[in-house]
Amino acid sequence: MSITLPLLILVIPLFMFLLLGLAGNKMSPRLSGILGCLGMGTTMVLAYIVSFTYFFSGNPDFVDAEAHTRLQWVVFNVDWLSFTDSLVIRLGFLLDPIAALLLVVITTISFMVHLYSMGYMRDHHGVWEKGFQRFYAFLSLFSFSMLGLVVATNIFQMYIFWELVGASSYLLIGFYYPKPSAVLAAKKAFIVTRFADLGFLIGILALSYYTGTFNFMDLTSSQLVSGAYHVNLETAENIKNIFATSAAPTFMGASVLTWALVLIFMGGMGKSAMMPLHIWLPDAMEGPTPVSALIHAATMVVAGVYLVARLFPLYLMEEASLEIITVVGAITAFYAAMVACTQIDIKRVLAFSTISQIAFMMVSLGVARPEFHHGIGYMASMFHLFTHAMFKALLFLCAGALIHAIGSNDYTDMHGLRKHMPVTHITFLIGCLAIAGIIPFAGFFSKDEILTATMGHSTFWYIWMSAVAGLTAFYMFRLYYLIFWWKEHKVREGHHAPHDQPWTMTLPLVILAAISCVAGFVPMGNLVTWNGHEMFPEGASFITNLKALDWTVASISLAVAIIAIILATVMYRKENPLPAKMKQALPALWDWCYHRFYWDELYMFITKSIIFQRVCKPIAWFDRHIIDGTMDGFALVTNKLSYAIRGFQSGNTQTYVWWYLIGVLALGGITILCLL
Amino acid sequence: MDISMIYYLVPTLVMFCCGIYGFITRKNMIAMLISIELMLNAVDINFVIFNRYLFPGQLEGMMFTLFAIAIAAAETALAIAIIINLFRAHKNIDVSDITKMKF
Amino acid sequence: MFSNILIYFVVIPVVMLGALALCRGMKAIRAVAVTGSLALLGLSIWVLCDYLEMRAAGNNAPMLFTGSWSWFAPLNINLAVGVDGISIAMLILSSVILLTGSFASWKINPLPKEFFLWLVLLSTGVFGFFISIDLFTMFMFYEVALIPMYLLIGVWGSGNKNYSAMKLTLMLMGGSAFLMLGLIGIYYHSAPEGTPLTWNILEIAQNSSIDMGWQYFLFPMTFVGFGVLGAMFPFHTWSPDGHASAPTAVSMLHAGVLMKLGGYGCFRVAIYLMPEAAAELAWIFLILTGISVVYGAFSACVQTDLKYINAYSSVSHCGLVLFAILMLNTTAMTGAVMQMLSHGLMTALFFALIGMIYGRTHTRDITKMGGLMQIMPYLAVCYVIAGMASLGLPGLSGFVAEMTIFVGSFEHADMFHRVFTIVACCSIVITAVYILRVVGKLLFGPVYDEHHRTLTDAEWWERTSTIALIVCVAAIGCFPNFFVDLIKFTFSPDIFAVLGMK
Repeated sequence: MSITLPLLILVIPLFMFLLLGLAGNKMSPRLSGILGCLGMGTTMVLAYIVSFTYFFSGNPDFVDAEAHTRLQWVVFNVDWLSFTDSLVIRLGFLLDPIAALLLVVITTISFMVHLYSMGYMRDHHGVWEKGFQRFYAFLSLFSFSMLGLVVATNIFQMYIFWELVGASSYLLIGFYYPKPSAVLAAKKAFIVTRFADLGFLIGILALSYYTGTFNFMDLTSSQLVSGAYHVNLETAENIKNIFATSAAPTFMGASVLTWALVLIFMGGMGKSAMMPLHIWLPDAMEGPTPVSALIHAATMVVAGVYLVARLFPLYLMEEASLEIITVVGAITAFYAAMVACTQIDIKRVLAFSTISQIAFMMVSLGVARPEFHHGIGYMASMFHLFTHAMFKALLFLCAGALIHAIGSNDYTDMHGLRKHMPVTHITFLIGCLAIAGIIPFAGFFSKDEILTATMGHSTFWYIWMSAVAGLTAFYMFRLYYLIFWWKEHKVREGHHAPHDQPWTMTLPLVILAAISCVAGFVPMGNLVTWNGHEMFPEGASFITNLKALDWTVASISLAVAIIAIILATVMYRKENPLPAKMKQALPALWDWCYHRFYWDELYMFITKSIIFQRVCKPIAWFDRHIIDGTMDGFALVTNKLSYAIRGFQSGNTQTYVWWYLIGVLALGGITILCLL
Repeated sequence: MDISMIYYLVPTLVMFCCGIYGFITRKNMIAMLISIELMLNAVDINFVIFNRYLFPGQLEGMMFTLFAIAIAAAETALAIAIIINLFRAHKNIDVSDITKMKF
Repeated sequence: MFSNILIYFVVIPVVMLGALALCRGMKAIRAVAVTGSLALLGLSIWVLCDYLEMRAAGNNAPMLFTGSWSWFAPLNINLAVGVDGISIAMLILSSVILLTGSFASWKINPLPKEFFLWLVLLSTGVFGFFISIDLFTMFMFYEVALIPMYLLIGVWGSGNKNYSAMKLTLMLMGGSAFLMLGLIGIYYHSAPEGTPLTWNILEIAQNSSIDMGWQYFLFPMTFVGFGVLGAMFPFHTWSPDGHASAPTAVSMLHAGVLMKLGGYGCFRVAIYLMPEAAAELAWIFLILTGISVVYGAFSACVQTDLKYINAYSSVSHCGLVLFAILMLNTTAMTGAVMQMLSHGLMTALFFALIGMIYGRTHTRDITKMGGLMQIMPYLAVCYVIAGMASLGLPGLSGFVAEMTIFVGSFEHADMFHRVFTIVACCSIVITAVYILRVVGKLLFGPVYDEHHRTLTDAEWWERTSTIALIVCVAAIGCFPNFFVDLIKFTFSPDIFAVLGMK
């Protein structure tokens, strides 16, 4: 493949960022919006071409047709910063199944969001929001960074773009910068992820020190020359040996490789909002809703999953690290689902739902083993990443439409909107069905694969994750009913009756809903697997996924989802006292869920009362009073000493003579004594 | 020569010590100036005596004495001028009151 | 003598001094300052190009453009000059900051002429220091750079300026006292017995005749002497007060260039001449600088005065410079020089912006300001960019420098170095905390003081100054390999081998 198209995919968003960022003020908002959409649209088309070529062209660079194996292909790779001869940060473009998949996901969602924002970022009178151009500039920056992240050829390039997406996320969360809560949320998001990135960085340093390379292909496979995408077991052993020898000491009982992998995973935990680093994501909803859809639902937050998937062959060498991933993911999934059942702010429900779904992907990676169904967990995780991006972006964009129409984030201000906003209603329902895992919507297939993979690994986690899947269906339908049913909508004083939004906003909803309906039929097993081998070498079609299903698991999860939906229907379809009764029956549980298990308070306590009060303040005090005091003390002592001896200089001539006389006599005496 | 050097030296020593004593104890600047003259003269006499007794063939001591007398005269003139100026400024020539020249 | 191009780095400032003395009126002063600093910038770029050409042609001498003219023959004191990649990087940094500093003090009041006279005298010292390879002349230029600070802060400063000026000058002079002892000590051991003594760094390095016993004494002397200027814990305390009181351009030059004299000297004198002692004693100073890094960052978190925040941040970043130098390997030391460049530029940008904001709001207390993004968007955006550079956003200079340092530091596999490397890495999180705290309080949020709404955004000279700095910061951040290659030559393994280092 020529270098032009892949390069353009990165350059166009970057150029749009510079153009809109530097010259945005000089253009009208409409022009900048159109330019942004055009730029992203072009990028999307290019990304489609590149991905399509990668998956389906049959080019021997990309696929080994005889072995039914997809290969990794480095389109370009230029030196950017060389530390030592072997440790060099290169900026490049790596094309492999997951990168190609993510290219499609990111550009699609990003384009939808660009289009949607043309409608969303103006008020009911059609006046553009202040800073509209800036908004598009930041969206372009984000898209550039995210695309750079997924095509990274080495772990340090990933880290670079990892930081850049963090910064663009900061800028976009804080888009409404005069609002203090938005500023705080942006700051929190950045600092929490920064803390996680510290782990990531140290992990990279450790890994690269012992392996002597940053390159993914060196780390995960050996056959650089042919660019093959499967782990050569011999090299895998080599890397393992590097860490097993005495040159790499163990630390606190675990090998350095385990430590490095766990620390790298910590970076992923931060970005992907795994417990206990999840606290920034609900607050990040302060940003404009399209941003939440793009960054905090579909793309950036799955970067952690992508990172683990990218290094999966390494993780496979240390099963302990995979176990950690599984446990963290499972606990987070359950926790977030619990919390999502009690939130009032619809965006927060969706945010916790996102956390929970990403945790599903993490669990799926954690339980993936090559022995079981060719590592189905890996495929399932990427599949879920793909479908989740579509339906969660859809749900967020629906939420945006609702918020835009109602002017409030709380479902208590909504209720009974189904007749007022039919398009939003239908698309939201499709999103809910997809996430709940109802056949034939997208979420059914991907979630089912995840549960299958989990069952193959451990029954306990299978039951656990099925329960979480049930909870998911319950809270999503709770939300759905509370927004669209429950009771008739009361139009607030001085407001118009809510109605569907202009085409720029509804069109993305419809497109994403359509994708959510059919995405489940993409034969992902043939496109994305952990070692590139196609799962169905005999060929795949649209019903492959249906045929390949493990129907025991599928029917159980379907039954769980339907029961949960029925429960939600009973409780929330019409206004009734059941929910209130439940709340009274379990007040403590409800309270803890409602307050998100007091994580924020805990963090507040740690940062405000411990770090600021017990660390920073004492250090500042120490500096001002002890260090500075010592230096001032030197000055003071000198000063005092000078004052003490200046009494000699009394101005009284006769005293001087006395001293002089004494001196002369003393000197004379000494001289005489010496002479004697 | 019956009279040995010591007979001259003792009175000059006494004279010199009187000078020191006076310089330290008298508060009046004129009196202090006089004390200085006493000391100077004691030294002058010593010069002459040493010249006379130790190096009778030479004249350096004599010459030096003359020189010192001249310098002392100039110095006294200067000192008197300062004292008069001080008196004009302070209406007082008590040395213990003139302690501005310090630090 | 005048055929050597380097000498013009001293000649131009001296000519500027003369021209300034003859100036009448603000316009003439500005013209002289800007023309002179542009000439210096042009000169340093010229030297850079020549240097690269000579290196490309295969000239492998440790220093190029060398020249030496006798100055005081009995003690063998020469005016010896020569540069390598590091000095050139520093020369470019200094001229950029002098130029932007001149723009930043466009409307300095009162006594503009005197202000620029002292400022140019200061830069004479700086440029002279970076081109010298004779210890004595180096020391002399070092002192020339220090003394004008006293007047610049004492006369044109703000706040508790007398105290700060005195404190800064006395502490740095204290450092020089150590340094002078060290330098004289080096001189008396500069050559094997029976051969004439020398002050020339290259010759001393060649002779390497300082025995271990003396190195144990002289290394700490010189390292601490320069370390004081490099804001090494616990000798950093002049920095917050000094920076807070100094006028804008002086803060810029001081934090941007003068603090680099410390790091540069630590390498060029202490480590280059006494590598064995450096290897033995590095651990002591690693502890101190490691503390600097974290300590400065934590202190910055609770300050409310913008300049104090930035000064403590400088303590942290300059701590990282010394920290990296002490790692004694190519990567980390390259990172140290990158960090010097990066910190010099971004901290100058910070101080320029703080000066501009202070000139409008007349306060530097972040609790008394807010929402400046709505009032002066240009300055606010620049501040955010500076902040992002400081907290290490890729694409800006801070990231490149820090990563190089961390990767280099990680090359030491023993527990002691590991622990301190990780401690230093922690600073990236703390930096994010204090930068975002300021950005959130100062620039974002609602407008705190309604009177501020009448304030204006940046004037053209302020824009020139900030844009020039931002372009430099972004250039290092986007094309780091150019600078790394420039610097790395001096730290290349064969030169270390000459010095008996790894």
